[in-house]
Amino acid sequence: GGHSSGGVSTWGGGVASDIIVPVGALAATVVHHNSINHSAHTPPAVANLFSGAIKSITQPVSMNTQKPIPEKAENGVDLHTEVEEKEKGMEEGEIMKELEVQTQLDSELCPSVPGLQMSCIRGTDLFGYIGIEAVLDQMRCKTMKAGFEFNIMVVGQSGLGKSTLVNTLFKSKVSRKSCAPDYEEKISKTVKLHSVSHLIEEKGVKMKLTVIDTPGFGDQINNDNCWEPIVKYVNEQYEKYLREELHINRKRRIPDTRVHCCIYFIPATGHRLRPIDVEFMKRLGKIVSIVPVIAKADTLTIEERQEFKERIRQDLAANGIHVYPQREYDEDPEERILNNRIRENIPFAVVGTDKEHQVNGNKVLGRKTKWGIIEVENVAHCEFANLRDLLIRSHLQDLKDVTHNIHYETYRVRRLNESNLNFSELGLSAVPLENGTADKCESDSHL
Amino acid sequence: MTSNIRYKSRIPVKTEDSTEEKQYVGFATLPNQVHRKSVKKGFDFTLMVAGESGMGKSTLVNSLFLTDLYKDRKLLNAEERINQTVEIIKHTVDIEEKGVKLKLTIVDTPGFGDAVNNNQCWKPITDYIDQQFEQYFRDESGLNRKNIQDNRVHCCLYFIPPFGHGLRPVDVEFMKALHEKVNIIPLIAKADCLTPNEIKKLKDRIREEIDKFGIKVYQFPECDSDEDEEFKQLDKELKECTPFAVIGSNTVVEARGQRVRGRLYPWGIVEVENQSHCDFVKLRNMLIRSHMHDLKDVTCDVHYENYRAQCIQEMTSKLAQDNRMESPIPILPLSTPDVDTEKLIKMKDEELKRMQEMLTKMQQQMHDKDQ
Repeated sequence: GGHSSGGVSTWGGGVASDIIVPVGALAATVVHHNSINHSAHTPPAVANLFSGAIKSITQPVSMNTQKPIPEKAENGVDLHTEVEEKEKGMEEGEIMKELEVQTQLDSELCPSVPGLQMSCIRGTDLFGYIGIEAVLDQMRCKTMKAGFEFNIMVVGQSGLGKSTLVNTLFKSKVSRKSCAPDYEEKISKTVKLHSVSHLIEEKGVKMKLTVIDTPGFGDQINNDNCWEPIVKYVNEQYEKYLREELHINRKRRIPDTRVHCCIYFIPATGHRLRPIDVEFMKRLGKIVSIVPVIAKADTLTIEERQEFKERIRQDLAANGIHVYPQREYDEDPEERILNNRIRENIPFAVVGTDKEHQVNGNKVLGRKTKWGIIEVENVAHCEFANLRDLLIRSHLQDLKDVTHNIHYETYRVRRLNESNLNFSELGLSAVPLENGTADKCESDSHL
Repeated sequence: MTSNIRYKSRIPVKTEDSTEEKQYVGFATLPNQVHRKSVKKGFDFTLMVAGESGMGKSTLVNSLFLTDLYKDRKLLNAEERINQTVEIIKHTVDIEEKGVKLKLTIVDTPGFGDAVNNNQCWKPITDYIDQQFEQYFRDESGLNRKNIQDNRVHCCLYFIPPFGHGLRPVDVEFMKALHEKVNIIPLIAKADCLTPNEIKKLKDRIREEIDKFGIKVYQFPECDSDEDEEFKQLDKELKECTPFAVIGSNTVVEARGQRVRGRLYPWGIVEVENQSHCDFVKLRNMLIRSHMHDLKDVTCDVHYENYRAQCIQEMTSKLAQDNRMESPIPILPLSTPDVDTEKLIKMKDEELKRMQEMLTKMQQQMHDKDQ
């Protein structure tokens, strides 16, 4: 059980007072104590949690479990559907994070409350177990109840297997093709965006998945500016969110329709990027996280695939295109190493299918041809599993964070700096808008 | 109008009856004579390949003719591609097999369909084909016809991507722009990314759309009624298999104990010449072994004649408008005609003009005299 200890410093100031929970209460909520190696889980992880929570105060995203519409968890810790994986990952990153977090905390807290003296007590200095880490479990419970929202956009020419890939990723018929009863495989004359939402549940975790399809992209003879409707859509979602955020009476949970991830399908020609690929990714790479994939990769041998990928990476670098995971957003060396490994491997060469076949007595997802069966989830055959792991199992929360903290913030700053913006237009009382930071303080006081 | 010259030798039936022998003239050996002459002279064939980058055109050409025509090719990077226009590149190679010489010309069309805006991207190609017709027309009407070079395009292989659900707008427009100028044979490229079911669906879809849009692709000639059943059956199968789903390969792999042209994947080996894997063999047989001559004939008799008729019509209407005297030699804006022939033609033209003038003068004089 936890002891109450006098070692906890009181962090004065209005900022931190919301977070401190009376120690007694903590002791009562310690769960899974014995299963957690708490020497590794003391303050660093918790402090990280706090720093994440602190970040959330300066960003007006509330966490409320009452609304049925799930809200994404705003914190610095990835929450996965598989608990064991996460704990493993956390143990690895502990030592690195410890050092980083201290400085992070100092810099987070001090500017808001100038002149504050603060001391940090490390877990190894405590002479007992407090149980602060139990907050993690509390958060996990909350988010399990609340669920997640995830919006994924698929872009590419007709017939590249977009619908099939999305269905295979989420192991259910979530694409527009599977949902529309009168779906016809016709090439539309203009680029129209369609979105379809589904509620998926796995091990008690609910996810509201929205798939945004872009039929007509790149299918015409003249494809000039075919990316414009897509740019417009992405910005419209940011605008919607911004307006909600700036209201006086804000919703407790702002519905998040922003595009968290855009999968761009490159046809497996084996040569290089085409002009349309470059033009699209140049423009969209600045406002959304793009994950390029090589579609229908079962027409490339392993050697051809490697050469193709290398040339694509060269073309991306030459054109200044930053795809996800972007190098400049790596938060710490640990993450950098992990993301470097991913960056060396993109774009992933994928094959998708919803059909199963028997291979060596097992039922596998695959494509059956006269010369063999291509197993979609076999990493020796194609990189579908790598893509799935990236998108869902390891970086799902990160995709959302990057969208919220970086892309959305960039949009927001740009919009608010546009001189013509009149707050009264948005239904608010006039607030003097001096500069970006001044605005932030205003929204803080709204809390 | 096209005759399949198949070199079945007709051995005269020797009978005991001497009357039969007397009635035998012997011109049945003509095909053999033609055969011998052709072998001496050699054949030429011009094949055009069109389609987007990365469809496997070069690989297929190499596989068809068992050569490596594209050894020193350099792929443009994405930046260079943005400003790329459609080019026409010719590769010529002389192939000899069993004493028969073939001068093969491959006309490549890099840049086709690669840009963001592909409006009229087929224009350089149609212009090229027209130019070859013009040149032939000129040569044919010229004075020195001994060594006419036939650069007309006999066949155009069009590569349809396997990724789509049928024909795309650019495919339809391209084929419609060219179907009355050249024999188009549509192919489904990179067919190793399709399962047998998908291939069948795609072929049906494409055939449907070709009918719907009124595209006149190359039609195999009907079998003569006196052909044997086996041939007829093969012919029927061939026709039902279009468009051919092809796979090409520059590499040789080991499969089932043999060395074959193929592609090695982690999940299996695709053999290019295996009929159950793809239609490569059918294409090769059709293109080279059975229908090469027919393709040339159709080019000469149909496409070229259409062009020529159109050209002459335009000329006569133009000349009638200008009220000029008709010149027997066509005066066309051509790229670079031979300087000597040009001079010769000019000379003759002037001579003819003078003669015409003299004639009208004489006529006038006679008319005056009468009066």
